[in-house]
Amino acid sequence: MKNFLQKLKKSNLMGTFSIYFVLLALFLVSMLANENFATIGNLSNISRQIAVGTILAFGQTILIINGMLDLSSGSVLALAGVLSVDAYVKTGSLIMAFAVGIIVAVACNILNGLMVTKFKTPPFIATLAMMAMARGAALLYTNGQNIYQIGDYVIFGQGSLLGIPNPVWFLVAAMAVTWYLLKHTVFGRSVYAIGGNEEASNASGINVDRVKMKAYIINGIFVGIAGIIFMSRVNGGLPNGANGYEFKALTAAVIGGTSFSGGVGTASGTLAGAFIVGFLDNIMVLVGVNSYLQQIVRGAIIALAVIYDIYFKTTRKKNKAAKG
Amino acid sequence: MNHDVKLRVQNIEKSFPGVKALDKIEFSVRKGTVHVLCGENGAGKSTLMKIINGIYQPDAGQIIIDGVEVHIKNPIQARQLGISMIFQELNYIPEMTLEESLFVGNWPLDKAKKIDWKEIRKRTLALLEKENLKYKPDTKLKDLTVSDIQMLEILKAISYNSEIIIMDEPTSAITNKEVEILFKKIFELKARGTAIIYISHKMDEIFRIADDITVFRDGKVIDSKPRESLDIETVIALMVGRKLGKDFPKIDVPIGEPVLSVKSLSGEKFKDITFDVKKGEIVGFAGLMGAGRTEVMRAIFGLDAIHSGDVLKNNHVVQIKSVKDSIGHKVVMLSEDRRRFGILPIRSVRENISITNLKKFIHKGKLHAKDEYEAVKYYCDKMNVKTPTYETNISSLSGGNQQKVMLAKWLITDPDVFIVDEPTRGIDVGAKHEIYKLISDLVTEGKSVIIVSSELPELIGMCDRIYVMAKGEIMGVLGKEDFTQENIMRLATGTTSNI
Repeated sequence: MKNFLQKLKKSNLMGTFSIYFVLLALFLVSMLANENFATIGNLSNISRQIAVGTILAFGQTILIINGMLDLSSGSVLALAGVLSVDAYVKTGSLIMAFAVGIIVAVACNILNGLMVTKFKTPPFIATLAMMAMARGAALLYTNGQNIYQIGDYVIFGQGSLLGIPNPVWFLVAAMAVTWYLLKHTVFGRSVYAIGGNEEASNASGINVDRVKMKAYIINGIFVGIAGIIFMSRVNGGLPNGANGYEFKALTAAVIGGTSFSGGVGTASGTLAGAFIVGFLDNIMVLVGVNSYLQQIVRGAIIALAVIYDIYFKTTRKKNKAAKG
Repeated sequence: MNHDVKLRVQNIEKSFPGVKALDKIEFSVRKGTVHVLCGENGAGKSTLMKIINGIYQPDAGQIIIDGVEVHIKNPIQARQLGISMIFQELNYIPEMTLEESLFVGNWPLDKAKKIDWKEIRKRTLALLEKENLKYKPDTKLKDLTVSDIQMLEILKAISYNSEIIIMDEPTSAITNKEVEILFKKIFELKARGTAIIYISHKMDEIFRIADDITVFRDGKVIDSKPRESLDIETVIALMVGRKLGKDFPKIDVPIGEPVLSVKSLSGEKFKDITFDVKKGEIVGFAGLMGAGRTEVMRAIFGLDAIHSGDVLKNNHVVQIKSVKDSIGHKVVMLSEDRRRFGILPIRSVRENISITNLKKFIHKGKLHAKDEYEAVKYYCDKMNVKTPTYETNISSLSGGNQQKVMLAKWLITDPDVFIVDEPTRGIDVGAKHEIYKLISDLVTEGKSVIIVSSELPELIGMCDRIYVMAKGEIMGVLGKEDFTQENIMRLATGTTSNI
């Protein structure tokens, strides 16, 4: 009995922390493989590159733990981004531009939330619809043209504070907010509870629909910020930008141990997942891996992460059955 | 007609972790007869039927068909041996057509190994005509009633040339008129020599169609006799046994004013429910499966809709539209289905307990971990929850400890009225006793408890009053002096209403 519990504990430890071992191992291997990898410049570069996708990934993490997801985040990012850029070009106010970006992304996610809670649409379908609509709206508004000459707007994505690039500051802030929400608030606890067992959560007095709506609103804030950084980094309002970013975000969350069956996941895991992808992409470029092969490797990593997740879960179930 | 034994089981034993579900079962059914199995919920009838149908494997014993011992490993093999089972909960695919459903898993193929739809249509029409049923082959199952689908299941059994048909409470979801159609079919099947095993609680039904009756109790066959040598009173007495719970730690406490009153409450599965619970009182709700007890409690607890009627807390009408409202009025409910409505799997014992009352631990928008820990510790100690740490995943605890965690999660909300639905189902004797002790302690503290239970000794041993429900209505209420298992069963089976 005691032995069994120790084993279980150990397996939980492995389940919880293995991702950080992988990250560390990848870092060390990359360091040995190429001397340019572990330089301040390169690492700062990686952080800046992964910032947008990772901020999206924090929103996805909350949604996936809750048993939902957001396929529309790349498209909503583009819509919020171009409208934000446009607001800056028209008003010259950075605050205005920032506000517009957030408001647009939150509005889209309120629609996502309404579809899911009021009309009981599966999140996959609801956000698939939003993905098409938001991209269409971005293209319609700009008539398919990129907006250039964005002036000081570049500060969000290209500026820096205390020597650290602004996107990295945003990344750290999003991480901190996600961690705090999940760990220290009623909202966070409810998110885990609903993802684990929605009916039991409802029977425990949790307002399931309200929590789901809040999760989409928070996701919206992250998507808005990501949109502003993205447009600022690319020096323009690109209605076709960030195509497929929702999958980057999902990848980081899944590799970070967020389970698609709900109820499991952490902010730090997602951050680790994002860095694993970031390191991997970077080192593959540094050592000159064929770019098509890179895609295969990226896919294989996702498959491995999910197989690991499922394997870990079935072991746990077996343990449970053995105990009765 | 030849009434030789078709199927016989000998010395069948089956254990589940912590329970002996079947103990040396002897039972046989003859060709062209209906053999009724009766017994309380959990007596072991369904387990035996699942063994005969190949869903479970027995730990020991033999199954003999036509004098030959067989080993039934799965339902497909059972079908090949001529056994069909019609389940109480009909599982069907609503979008499927009638003819598809008849041949699903058993499709006739043409030469090119494609499904031969013409053949299916031909055979379906032939079958329908032979059985004199007026359905269209292309009707979708979702457009049929429960009784139609049941009839279809019987038709399916006939199409497999089943010689043994098991029916598990087939009349629990159909109207009286439909019961007549079903019985007519059963008589036809009998005339053809089919052996029928029929599980039911309903006495009038049992005595209409049974040739033989076997009574189960606590995983044992108590008696097995031809119908002629039994009467309703005897069967009820055999079902409940003479055992009476003596070992209940119930302390008599003064009973006060009504705390929770329900007036003419109606919902989807119950109507005109009126009862009350007083301060310091333990009120029981007895009834057979499907009597509507859980549904009434769910509605009071804000999980299901109330169509009409009032719920009064301390003599004031309260509006309960959600569980949150109910918790606010200090009425809470422990669900009978721990897995579905109770535990948050993967999460810790601590999170499972504090989930009902997180607001209590919030200071300046942040969950106060130390407060939470202390509250969890207090209630875990009170409930004597055995867990390595409070961070242990709840799924790794035993059933009894999980149940204690579920009780703790409601105690943390400090309820006035605690509804417990099947509080001791599937847990070991030790944990059961602890739960009884807790219920007794609660009323000593001036709280009130409603116990919904299928275990009569538990109700008799713990309650001050017992309401008995059947078919969504309250059939009667018994005071302590009238507490006998026979009285309760009589009301629950709707046998006679006068006591």
